[in-house]
Amino acid sequence: MIDYSSPVTHRVLGAIFGVLVIASIIGFILARRAKSESAKATISNLNARTKSWWVMVVVILGALATGHLGTTIVFALVSFLALREFLTATPTRRSDYYALFAAFFIILPYQYWLVHTQWYGMFAIMIPVYAFVLLPILSVVGGDTADYLARTARTQWGLMVCVYFISHIPMLLALELNIDRPNMGSAGLVLFLVAVIQGSDVLQYVWGKLCGKRPVARVLSPKKTLEGLLGGVLTASLLGMAMFRLTPFNPVQAFTVSLLLCCTGFFGGLVMSAIKRERGIKDWGNLIEGHGGMMDRIDSLCFSAPIYFHILRYFFPSSI
Amino acid sequence: MMRSLAVFLTKLITGANAQWEGCDKEKRCLRIYFANHGSHLDFATLWAALPKVMREKTRPVAARDYWGKNKLTRAIAVDLFNSLLICRDGITRKDNPIEQMAAAMRDGCSLIIFPEGTRSLDGEMAAFKAGLYHLARKVPQAELVPVYLENLNRILPKGHLLPVPLLSRVVFGQPIQLGNGETKADFLQRCRQALKSLGCPG
Repeated sequence: MIDYSSPVTHRVLGAIFGVLVIASIIGFILARRAKSESAKATISNLNARTKSWWVMVVVILGALATGHLGTTIVFALVSFLALREFLTATPTRRSDYYALFAAFFIILPYQYWLVHTQWYGMFAIMIPVYAFVLLPILSVVGGDTADYLARTARTQWGLMVCVYFISHIPMLLALELNIDRPNMGSAGLVLFLVAVIQGSDVLQYVWGKLCGKRPVARVLSPKKTLEGLLGGVLTASLLGMAMFRLTPFNPVQAFTVSLLLCCTGFFGGLVMSAIKRERGIKDWGNLIEGHGGMMDRIDSLCFSAPIYFHILRYFFPSSI
Repeated sequence: MMRSLAVFLTKLITGANAQWEGCDKEKRCLRIYFANHGSHLDFATLWAALPKVMREKTRPVAARDYWGKNKLTRAIAVDLFNSLLICRDGITRKDNPIEQMAAAMRDGCSLIIFPEGTRSLDGEMAAFKAGLYHLARKVPQAELVPVYLENLNRILPKGHLLPVPLLSRVVFGQPIQLGNGETKADFLQRCRQALKSLGCPG
């Protein structure tokens, strides 16, 4: 999974930990210098984010180091926590008990079992087809028609976004692409996606803080600015270009794919924001210090993961 | 040991997030926590959400006709959660639930009660039974704390055995006291309203 002897691996790991160490040092210095209350609040929020990044990097790298099985289990947990937040926030009724139960204890584990056994055909249709058939049946048996279509749609949406889309990330390890130049091994594919998308989130935040003026989605996400969006997406795409050796792409392809992923990621975030606003909540949960819940962290990853997966699968010869 | 395990498991299953809004978490005093009722998890969740020192001096009040049915339910209710079992009907002078609750409070225990009397099926709050009023009169020094339990009726609805792992919320509201000359109906209505407004603020 991770080719530890490759120079690409050394450089990537060096860069990741280098950035974290530098961010931590800068945060430490800023915290000592901050005078005003508002500056202190901003810096302590920044440091909480950096700390969470350490945890997240260690979890992801730890998962990748244990190979396909470990990665599958970690992302199954991510899906579980995200689904828990999603279905908590979206109301269902008493008759949906069996549908909710099946979503957590049958469909989610089975989807990750399919990732584990790498049965791609079933993996691709289980939730969009079979869960789509099963869940409304389980809900209709109770005979409660109030809000019926919306209730079943919510459960299906939760499974699509939190389980189906996210399960494409560990499935990347099953692609076994033939890259005939030094690379990091299949773990590099996962790292590329996560780094570009999360990098885009962070860089949009940074650009927005530095020179953000014009709001880009006044209603959905008042803090997002046009300057932040453009600066963040472009620099994250350059970051993707710089990491092209993790993938089978050439530098131009890496830039283009990153640009596409950042855009879908941005709109994925907006879609999740729209759901949060409809439900009248600010964060999905309070799992990670300074980051809200699991869903707040992976909202932009959900929509880009399957697109990235299919780009790789269709344009490059793979084993599944 | 078993109790710490019960607290840990309850918190794990219900993902309960306790919020103290207008109620002092640190204050030690005699309290009657009254909450909406929709699930078997209700009393365990509320009880587990209390700070440890208070938990040891707080007893959930449960129906004897339900929890006293067999050895297992009795062990869960009485031995594990230190519940006070009372009878819901067929009240006699000897077997008077209000008197039993007041006696437990005279021993220095706070109580958890569900004034609707039974679990709601659809999450709607039923009218309150009069017990809350009578108890408030018997123990006037106690603070009545409304506690809104969110989502537990979705996690483990009435009639089901296995919980769905959604997240719940336990909101402790501002304490209430029986007013001078306040009628039973007014008082119960005020308590119910206080609890209801915790559920949907604004």
